[in-house]
Amino acid sequence: MPSGLEPLLLEYLPIILFLGIAIVLGGVLMVLPLILAPSNPDPEKLSAYECGFNAFEDARMKFDVRFYLVGILFIIFDLEVALLIPWAITLFPNGWFGFGSAMLFLGILTVGFIYEWKKGALEWE
Amino acid sequence: MILIDFFSWLGLPYEVSWTIGTAAMILALVVGLLLTCAFILLLDRKVWASVALRKGPNVVGPFGLLQSFADFIKFVAKEVIIPAGANKVIFALAPLISFVLAAIAWAVIPVAEGWVVSDINVGILYLFAISSLGVYGIIMGGWASNSKYPFLGSLRSAAQMVSYEVSIGFVLITVLLTAGTLNLSKIVEAQAQGWFLVSHLFPMAVVFFISALAETNRPPFDLPEAESELVAGYQVEYSSTWYLLFMVGEYLNIMLMCAMVTILFLGGWLPPLDIAPFNWVHGFFWFFIKLWAVFFLFAMTKAFVPRYRYDQLMRIGWKLFLPFSLVWVVLTAAYMLATQQPAAG
Repeated sequence: MPSGLEPLLLEYLPIILFLGIAIVLGGVLMVLPLILAPSNPDPEKLSAYECGFNAFEDARMKFDVRFYLVGILFIIFDLEVALLIPWAITLFPNGWFGFGSAMLFLGILTVGFIYEWKKGALEWE
Repeated sequence: MILIDFFSWLGLPYEVSWTIGTAAMILALVVGLLLTCAFILLLDRKVWASVALRKGPNVVGPFGLLQSFADFIKFVAKEVIIPAGANKVIFALAPLISFVLAAIAWAVIPVAEGWVVSDINVGILYLFAISSLGVYGIIMGGWASNSKYPFLGSLRSAAQMVSYEVSIGFVLITVLLTAGTLNLSKIVEAQAQGWFLVSHLFPMAVVFFISALAETNRPPFDLPEAESELVAGYQVEYSSTWYLLFMVGEYLNIMLMCAMVTILFLGGWLPPLDIAPFNWVHGFFWFFIKLWAVFFLFAMTKAFVPRYRYDQLMRIGWKLFLPFSLVWVVLTAAYMLATQQPAAG
């Protein structure tokens, strides 16, 4: 491996290389049909698909607020998972004290979870 | 690393030989992945056809083995259509992002002992991060198309993926509690005494499998692509290889989920029993066999489970899997602390 970098950072160098190779490969695949395939655009072909109708209006319409709600709930629980990961791998060094602290943390979040359940944030009908 | 040694032996500076050697290894992995993807796609179609008493693809090559390659050539020869109302830059970026993210997640997957591009010590965290980013490709594709079906499809898809990501996260934590490490190779080694499938983690393996189906938009949770309502979800406006990148990305993600099931619960490259006939063959063979076996389950599920309604899907994710896996995290932690001794070191 190239010298002069932190050993910790060196482990991520192959991933950067992988990223580069994947981007090049994907880019080549995207450009290939632009060169090889025919291209005869016309207004009908380029219009948005809407089951044979002409598009009625712009497609960026209002959408259900529940999708937004799911997004917010996801952030809370995903962060919870991310915060539990360090606790999970240091379970034994921290012992029952660490266990208790994690339970306190989980307990507070569970109260929030029960609240949103009762409020109907998880209902979809 | 034989390749790096070889290039150094040719007299190249170490930095150069390291770059060439690593790039060659990555290319080998990517080619292997794409080939596996081609045949796994065929298996998917064959299984689906067999369950429905059809023959499936059987014209191109013996038993249709070359079908995926014929499809690839056809994709390349098709016209790229960019809708007039689309946001062209985002429209072009979306399939690229989907494909690239699905591919680089494989950088930390150990396909055999020591056969891994980058054996980072936070492998699980890396996978968790990359699979969270996967939503962007879908949202960007659906939004940039400026068409109703892709827009609705991408909304559904994103909501579904993030919902099940949460239960996948909690399942990962139960595995981490048991294995005590974030490194995927060490998680496999921790199963030398017995697979996690046959332990207190069995219910979590079931939750993980079903969540993986939902996370990758596979049937019975393929609501974003519910062809009777949304035609093909976020991919409606895509054609040619631009569509192909979405599809390959999706299948790479499915294979990644199969690989994760293999690594987390089925002992990765370890043989089923560490006795004579089984441990003669290389670990890669076992990993590969397990990957295909898990994918066979995915394919069978697709073939005979009817599609769920969207409200049922969200109910399972948030009201069943989330509380259940949360409780299991607590139980696993208590069980480990009560019964196990701290691992050495």
